[in-house]
Amino acid sequence: MVELYEGAVPVEKVLARWYQEEAESNYGAFIPFVGTIREEDGISGLSFDIYEPILESWYDAWCQKAKQAGAIIKMAHSKGDVLLHESSYIAAVFSPKRRVALEMIDEFVEDFKASAPIWKYDLKDGKRIYAKDRSTKISGAGLLKISQ
Amino acid sequence: MVTIEFLGPIQKEKISLEAATLNDVAQHLSKDAELRTWIDTCAVAVNDVMVMDLNTKLSSGDKVSLLPPVCGG
Repeated sequence: MVELYEGAVPVEKVLARWYQEEAESNYGAFIPFVGTIREEDGISGLSFDIYEPILESWYDAWCQKAKQAGAIIKMAHSKGDVLLHESSYIAAVFSPKRRVALEMIDEFVEDFKASAPIWKYDLKDGKRIYAKDRSTKISGAGLLKISQ
Repeated sequence: MVTIEFLGPIQKEKISLEAATLNDVAQHLSKDAELRTWIDTCAVAVNDVMVMDLNTKLSSGDKVSLLPPVCGG
């Protein structure tokens, strides 16, 4: 299961717990990625909507892929508002040797950006504005378009 | 009847309509001016499974979801 938090992800607690959970699992590599909200274009923070059923099936497929490589994946993400310099996302891969984890964290985060059903909004001047220009169409987008 | 739901930033309440395939849904939604800007960029799921075929058959009670461009993290 993806760990979802209302507001910021408590990074130190989550990373410490994940580390403890796998402390005796005989993984030689633990590679986390933490996403933090940067000050940019006058925003006060970001906000997120998530469609959980499809997020879970996407994540389950990745967990299976990791298992086949002898690795495990963990992920946490925010729902709702996250303010500047807080974190909204953590992904991590544990694997016996570093190479699998290094490659998988890259591939996982890139696919997350392209496929996970999460929508981002800028919090600016008291408004919640869809980050359309920074968003990526999911594979197969435009299926319902009728050719004129 | 199938239910059509609009996820994320599409500010639209879900609707119900008669449709035997996704193509029927496409025909119906093409008449909605409010949705015109979204249709080209949305991916589609039926009962929470992503689909790629406009000929996908639908049954009464099915849920069709429109997923606009994403940006997690």
